[in-house]
Amino acid sequence: MTAEVNVTGSLRRRLALILTGGAAVLAVILFVVVRALTSQIAQQEQDNILSASLSSILDSAAIIDGQLQLDFPYASLSMLGTPADDRVFYAIYEDETFLSGYGDLPAPQQLRIDRPEFATHLFNADPVRIATGARTLIGTDGPRVISVSIAQTQDALALRLNGISRNVAILGIGFFVMASALALWAAATTSDQLMRLTTSVTRRGPQDLSPVAKPVPSEMVPLVGSLNTLMARLDQSLTQSEDFIAEAAHRIRTPLATVRAHAEATLQRVENPENRKALHAMIRAIDESSRAAGQLLDHAMVTFRAENLEQVDVDLNELLSELVQRMKPVAEMKDIALTLETEGPALILGDPILLQNALRNLIDNALKYAAAETAVEIRVKTEPTLTIQVLDDGPGFAADEVETLSGRFVRGKDTGNKIGSGLGLTIAQAATEAHGGHLSLINRPEGGACASLHF
Amino acid sequence: MRILAFLILLAAPVGSIAQIWEDRQVFGPEGAAETLRIISSTDTSFFAPIISDYITTYPDTAVEYLVTSTAELDAAFRSSPAQYDVVISSAMDLQLKLANDGFAARLSDIDHPDWAQWRESLFAFTSEPAAIVVNTSALGALPVPNTRQELIELMRAHPDTFAGKIGTYDVRQSGLGYLFATQDARASETFWRLMEVMGSMDAQLYCCSGEMIRDLRSGQLLVAYNVLGSYALAQAQTVSDDGQTLAVILPSEFPTTMMRTALVSQQTAQLQSAANFVTHLIALQSAGDPANFPLPPLSAAPETAGQTTISLNPALMTYLDALKRGTFIKEWENAILQGE
Ligand SMILES: Nc1ncnc2c1ncn2[C@@H]1O[C@H](COP(=O)(O)OP(=O)(O)OP(=O)(O)O)[C@@H](O)[C@H]1O
Ligand SMILES: [Mg+2]
Repeated sequence: MTAEVNVTGSLRRRLALILTGGAAVLAVILFVVVRALTSQIAQQEQDNILSASLSSILDSAAIIDGQLQLDFPYASLSMLGTPADDRVFYAIYEDETFLSGYGDLPAPQQLRIDRPEFATHLFNADPVRIATGARTLIGTDGPRVISVSIAQTQDALALRLNGISRNVAILGIGFFVMASALALWAAATTSDQLMRLTTSVTRRGPQDLSPVAKPVPSEMVPLVGSLNTLMARLDQSLTQSEDFIAEAAHRIRTPLATVRAHAEATLQRVENPENRKALHAMIRAIDESSRAAGQLLDHAMVTFRAENLEQVDVDLNELLSELVQRMKPVAEMKDIALTLETEGPALILGDPILLQNALRNLIDNALKYAAAETAVEIRVKTEPTLTIQVLDDGPGFAADEVETLSGRFVRGKDTGNKIGSGLGLTIAQAATEAHGGHLSLINRPEGGACASLHF
Repeated sequence: MRILAFLILLAAPVGSIAQIWEDRQVFGPEGAAETLRIISSTDTSFFAPIISDYITTYPDTAVEYLVTSTAELDAAFRSSPAQYDVVISSAMDLQLKLANDGFAARLSDIDHPDWAQWRESLFAFTSEPAAIVVNTSALGALPVPNTRQELIELMRAHPDTFAGKIGTYDVRQSGLGYLFATQDARASETFWRLMEVMGSMDAQLYCCSGEMIRDLRSGQLLVAYNVLGSYALAQAQTVSDDGQTLAVILPSEFPTTMMRTALVSQQTAQLQSAANFVTHLIALQSAGDPANFPLPPLSAAPETAGQTTISLNPALMTYLDALKRGTFIKEWENAILQGE
């Protein structure tokens, strides 16, 4: 019995999504931050080299015979060689006068004597990093300010940053992959707890409504708690309805039995044929009512048990021989030979009470509708599928009715004065279908009925 | 098996540009789809086989080859960079500054060792040492100097023999001469002593290697300092009619080695052909067949056998700085122009 459940999303998926999403965001943040930091460091390195070059040029400035000399060393520019062969530009000014180099190199607005100024500009269509510094020389005619700008393109820097970006991206992806694996694992273990609870509940027998005893994580305590209360309530109401059915059967049958006893007793005393006839009709009606009540209650019981099917190993041979034993007295009253014939072991997983009920109704029919001094045979066949046949030498089923006979309260037209409620085949069919089998009604070629249960 | 189907036209004045070329030749078929203009400081005789080979590979291209001195080449190209497609010069510093200033196109498809190229735009294709060339016939019994120091001592010992018979570059005129001089000065103090001694011997100053070699052969010069080894070797191998023999000496303490470089103009209208030419040039260089590459190919590594190859580095621009150049020229003049 699997009921429809409304589904919205999956806890496991949601958890995995949140965790991997978080990991992705963290990986991107990691990438951005590390890249920003390393590019800052790389820029710092370029600035340091520019600064060294700048100070080597400034240091070479001297005033000789009133003339400014700037005999800067070869190393000033050679230290600016890079693997990407970056272009190098410089400009030298004395006060505001351009002395040499690249006159159009952008210069900072304000000059600082104490430390070099750095800026990034576009020069000759290329971004360049410019370091500018100044130095005051004291000549005979007063102080003279020498300012030098030295610029370098950023190809090597860009190359390094690309390399770094690639590495950081690999790091970020690696982090993301590991975090995702962790997230999936975490989601799996979390939902695993739920799965374990689910299987432990599903695996129980239908009659097992005891509370869940296995320890569960604290987050699942409310769920398991309410599950336990629900089961306790269900257990209670089931017990109540079973009790109710038994009680009802008892309450109907007992007064009927009393009424019948009184009717029988009265019949002994009454002589008048008309009164006797009425009493006979009365007893018959009581019998019918009693039978109907019994069959109704059986039917209710079968319906209930079929919904919560019990699964135990049932040996049909044993069940049938017991049943035959019990029905023997009824058969003997009509001088009917009741026999059981078995092909082999017939084991089935199911509810013995239901199976017994089904078979009892079939045997009951055979004994009831067959003529006296005939034979009723029960055959257990194991090939090709497990089949139990109840065969009699009676009139058989009417061909035009056979389709409808297993319906509720349906009886054959030609039942004579045989007492019945029309529920026997209904019960047999419901009990068989609960076990995944079906009921078939056919007439034997040599005459007589053959009612079979196929599993 | 070279088919002599190439028209070699003689120099003709070019348009409105008042440029005096040392040489001007056009190779390739008349009415070719494209004409590549190459401005170069290298004599046509060295480049003719290279260009012929190029035209065999690309038959629908003609080549106009213009020769001028390194300094004039630099000035001409800077003033009209769209006029020329390929620039070839021995003045590495001027070439590097051209590339640094954005005059050179980047050719990223060319596979060339790192030390022989700069910024994928300046490509070295020869290794040529600066040599001391001696006319051994005129030197007579005197020993052949092997170092700068030996040259100084020889000149000091025989001032009368050498007076007026020593030649070197006029660094004010020649870009290559200036490059050699500044690199020498950077490497050793000996350079300045040598210049002073040469100055005291009334040294003759030249614009080009070719003229120095011519005067050596005629016996007008006994010794020439910082002559291009490649030019000198070509001459030394042929004994002249008057029986003068030349010895080419690479100073053993530190020979200064220059690399000839080529670049493609950033403003060329024929980028593909120009790039093809440079690629072809480099391929011929690495094949090193003297028949179609008469120049000395790049030496395997830049620093073998104590050779100091001038490296392609922004530092080459140091001595191009106006202040530095002024100081250097003044010092050089003080050393070499003592008589005046
Ligand atoms: N063995 C049989 N031979 C002939 N007819 C049969 C046989 N078994 C059942 N029937 C027909 O099928 C009808 C329905 O049978 P079912 O067992 O459902 O009802 P019932 O026997 O009439 O009443 P009860 O509920 O008391 O068994 C019967 O009324 C009868 O007409
Ligand atoms: Mg019946």
